[in-house]
Amino acid sequence: MAEIAWIHAALTSARPQAVSALLRYFRDLDIAEEAYQEACLRALRTWPQNGPPRDPAAWLIFVGRNVALDQVRRQKKQEALPDEDKLSDLGDAESEVAERLDGGHYRDDILRLLFICCHPDLPATQQVALALRIVSGLSVKQIARAFLVGESAMEQRITRAKARVAAADVPFETPGPVERAERLAAVAAMLYLVFNEGYSASGAEADRRRPFSEEAIRLTRLLLRLFRTEPEIMGLLALMLLQHARAPARLDADGQIVLLEDQDRSLWDGAAIAEGLALVDKAMRHRRPGPYQLQAAIAGVHARAAHPDETDWGQIDLLYATLEHMQPSPVITLNRAVAVAKLRGPQAALAMVEPLEQPLAGYFHFFGLKGGLLMQLGRGQEARTAFDRAIALAGSASEAAHIRQHIDRLMRESGQAVAG
Amino acid sequence: MHYAILCYHSEEVVTAWTKEQNDEVMGRLEKVRQRLAGEGKLGPVARLLPTTAATTLRKDRDPPLILDGPFAETKEQFLGFYIVDVADLDEALGIARELGEANPGGAFEIRPLAVYYPAGV
Repeated sequence: MAEIAWIHAALTSARPQAVSALLRYFRDLDIAEEAYQEACLRALRTWPQNGPPRDPAAWLIFVGRNVALDQVRRQKKQEALPDEDKLSDLGDAESEVAERLDGGHYRDDILRLLFICCHPDLPATQQVALALRIVSGLSVKQIARAFLVGESAMEQRITRAKARVAAADVPFETPGPVERAERLAAVAAMLYLVFNEGYSASGAEADRRRPFSEEAIRLTRLLLRLFRTEPEIMGLLALMLLQHARAPARLDADGQIVLLEDQDRSLWDGAAIAEGLALVDKAMRHRRPGPYQLQAAIAGVHARAAHPDETDWGQIDLLYATLEHMQPSPVITLNRAVAVAKLRGPQAALAMVEPLEQPLAGYFHFFGLKGGLLMQLGRGQEARTAFDRAIALAGSASEAAHIRQHIDRLMRESGQAVAG
Repeated sequence: MHYAILCYHSEEVVTAWTKEQNDEVMGRLEKVRQRLAGEGKLGPVARLLPTTAATTLRKDRDPPLILDGPFAETKEQFLGFYIVDVADLDEALGIARELGEANPGGAFEIRPLAVYYPAGV
């Protein structure tokens, strides 16, 4: 049994490269996936006896390609006499595959496979489901459970998403530099979605969705291996690692979210933090800042503080200011206000937050922070109103509990008794 | 005599291990390390982060060139090392075999040390 588990790891790691090469060859996602499946079955039969091949991906591509060609040939036989040209073509199949593998095609292959999951017509959750199914090879059952839908419903969703992708023109020619950069940006956004589907889960869902975050990290590492000099991909991987490092401290025994300031930092994953900080340093050297790098740098400032009191809020304020400049958004300004409150006091932060009331009228964090600032300024009545708005905006009981926890902390900090 | 046992494996495969698989390997390796340490044969040991976290400084030109990624792109990557203090190559190979049973896959390069400053001075 142990043997099978190790073969499974080898097959999992080879999957993106194998499926994407088979997709380039057959230009059909279903054929590529079936060919890969069949090659895996053969691997499970032969690898335990012969030992795994030196290059599992090349083995799977070669075997998968031959299997699919065989099938095409058999269907042809049933329909008509075999096509002589087709048959003689098969002779040098092996050398061709080997040549293409060495030719470094696979960078664009994998990028293409990830890119087709980012089809703009597909809603975000379908992009995530498709990527987890096709690229990561998670089972429909596993994905369905994580999204709390039935297996057949998820199967249908994925089938529909695939049909949509197939109907669109999948770009098979080698992309130019501009197009490659565009694809890379779309893929990065999709991978961050996959990560967040896992990371943002709480309660009973958290365990079922943890593999999503881990998959996103694995695929982003793979992407960075293919595009080693892209600072935003370094930033994205760093951001994921630094956030994921907190996962062991992020939920309490009941599965409720523990606020960053209340987390037991000794539970944070030191190796993930080291890797994330190293990547932030590497990215910064390029002097081409971007949103992922800045968010990673902010997460890095938190990660460097062994205790919340040691947090360098000046640095966080500066990073948010840069992010605000690059990507203006009321949510970013709101986050910056937290740092401003720590640095220059509640009055300065409140002045920054108040103009955001209209765009953030439906955002509970806005009212939570506003209430907290008012409380610190001794304006208890107004604070209470803001907190009530925040609780009213909660989408679920656990969200309401989360807000209440936040409010309790703010009240504790401002040294005021909880009224009512 | 000091030997370095340099560990090579496909990092794509290693990072596809489940947490259980990783813990299983690390647990088995720890037992071997503890025994070696007890016998006074174990020097520094390190597991390296993936090559995506690596930076390379090419010093064959002036000024040196700084590159993202590992020194060489290879099918199997340099992922860690052990320094062991042993009588001869046979003993070093014996330890490597034992470590290999605890952590199958990939390869070890067993290489004698020319100079060794355990405290870094």
